[in-house]
Amino acid sequence: MQLVLEKRAERSNTIALVSPLIAIGLTIVTMTILFAILGKNPLLALQAYFIAPLTDGYSLQEIAVKATPLVMIAIGLSLCYLANAWNIGAEGQFLIGAVAGSWLAVKTQGTDAGAWVLPAMLVLAAAAGALYALIPAICKVKFGASEILTSLMLVYVADLLLDYLVRGPWRDPNGFNFPTTAEFDSVATVPLLLEGGRLHLGSIIALLVVAAAAILLGRTIKGFEIRVVGAAPRAARFGGFNANQLIILTFAVSGALAGLAGIIEVAGPVGHLQPGISPGYGFTAIIVAFLGRLNPIGILIAGLFLALTFIGGEQAQIAMKIPLDVTKVFQGILLFYVLACDSLILYRFKLVFPNRQVARGAG
Amino acid sequence: MELVEAIILSVLAASTPLLIAATGELVTERAGVLNLGVEGMMIVGAACGFGGAWLTGSILIGALFGIIAGTLMSLVFALMALGLAVNQVATGLALTILGVGLSGLIGAGFVGERITPAAHLNIPGLTDIPLVGRVLFGEDAFVYFSIALIIGVWWFLYRTRAGLILRACGDNHVSAHALGYPVLRIRTLAVMFGGACAGLAGAYLPLAYTPFFIPGMTAGRGWIALALVVFASWRPGRLVIGAYLFGAVTILQLHAQGWGVGIPSQFMSALPYLATVIVLVLLSRARTGGSTAPAALGTVFVPDR
Repeated sequence: MQLVLEKRAERSNTIALVSPLIAIGLTIVTMTILFAILGKNPLLALQAYFIAPLTDGYSLQEIAVKATPLVMIAIGLSLCYLANAWNIGAEGQFLIGAVAGSWLAVKTQGTDAGAWVLPAMLVLAAAAGALYALIPAICKVKFGASEILTSLMLVYVADLLLDYLVRGPWRDPNGFNFPTTAEFDSVATVPLLLEGGRLHLGSIIALLVVAAAAILLGRTIKGFEIRVVGAAPRAARFGGFNANQLIILTFAVSGALAGLAGIIEVAGPVGHLQPGISPGYGFTAIIVAFLGRLNPIGILIAGLFLALTFIGGEQAQIAMKIPLDVTKVFQGILLFYVLACDSLILYRFKLVFPNRQVARGAG
Repeated sequence: MELVEAIILSVLAASTPLLIAATGELVTERAGVLNLGVEGMMIVGAACGFGGAWLTGSILIGALFGIIAGTLMSLVFALMALGLAVNQVATGLALTILGVGLSGLIGAGFVGERITPAAHLNIPGLTDIPLVGRVLFGEDAFVYFSIALIIGVWWFLYRTRAGLILRACGDNHVSAHALGYPVLRIRTLAVMFGGACAGLAGAYLPLAYTPFFIPGMTAGRGWIALALVVFASWRPGRLVIGAYLFGAVTILQLHAQGWGVGIPSQFMSALPYLATVIVLVLLSRARTGGSTAPAALGTVFVPDR
């Protein structure tokens, strides 16, 4: 008796609907075991991770703040992945956006520059993120170089560039030699939505991005082209869709969104440019994109859920001394289960009995 | 002269983890599987390898821990990508994300601890020969093993029947299946070999390169190893050249920082990554006449019965 995979005649819509929920359930079971191995009370740990952050207003705001970059980046990535273009360097595009926007904030510091500074910073960041993402896209289209490897290599380069700037030319002269720029002026800061909280305008921008992506994918020809090129490349060629042009387009859009997320993070919750502005948003956003099934609304929900794990992880660290790395393990395991459950949309398991097998040995 | 010798020695040391990890990935890819999780397998191998050596005081046991850890990680990949026919790119990324988290968790107990690094060969007389003595007869066991490994892989792929079958699976899994070869089993073994190599390459870093463990110490070497396989056009011979070239770039930038060339250190540190991008572009460009990659690389295979 042997368990084998078999292709379904058509995709299972039931599984498509419940698979993210099954994946989350399996992840929680796995985490319970992991907490027990670490010698922590699993119920208390799960409570700290998933329930506690939902019970007070401060944490709820924090979840929205953390979800903002995740959702913005993941929307861009979902366009790439739908078109079968593998941008995994969003982390670098995020950092470059933060750097480009911060340039203007640093240059206008202490001057009487007006309210135009913040919008200009957002535009600069989006443009820089898009240009940075175009490097791997053009290398792919013109020369056939793997966009996976080139986009990832550029993450390290962006990280080093940011490090150089805040330790060198942009360092705050009154900052006691810490590697950081001075705090941005108020015209270079993303306004808060609520008095005394941390929720900021960026969350609204993220919601607009979700809406725009939903319209693009659901209601426009371009969105249709993106989906066809990814799902059925041959059909797309017969349809006269230009796959290379779509790689360039989706990379540019996702780079712009990641860059925008970068400057919003720096000019919002952080308030200045420094190393370590991202706890791996660009990589976590990959999980968000898949957990949200590359669908804008799904990504919004998935982004909020993963933001919950970031905040829950911080609370579990403070309350129960659970290492922060548990959050990364959690996110990795979640992605595995999501992918595994998604496989069952197209395939099903079947028991095979050996007497039906062809009697021929393996070389 | 001593400087030249020191540079050659450090280039060999910097190249060895790249060579070992890339050798494993080369075999995996020749079987038609693209495992992008090399970085994740390496970093878990580094944490487990250091843990093993720190607990037992034995470099050999540390290396074995690294190999076992890398193999276990690769089995997770095999279960997903081969058993469940999941997209290999996404699975590999998941493996790296998981590995980075796991290594932090495993390594948390011994960050800041030190071990005695792997011993170097010392043959009185031979090792003392000026210039070439220490390069040829004064390395640690990992360096010699990595060279034996790549020669062994070349022999296996091109001189044995099993190697031919493995390459057939990578070039056309449908035909290999039709001939009666167990494609998924062969691919699983290839993935496990890749995992074992990545785990060993990761373990090399805290066991021989720097005698302590820090989170994230692989610093993208797993990704560079993936790029090296492309650089090598999936051929073992070119892989050796590629690995030593990249090791040389890494060391060159370190020495340049030491000499105080006046270029900010961050720009020099970015060199290996930029070099990878440039090399990928140049090579892919030179190869417009048809790809040398295994034809079935990265594609899903579900046998029909």
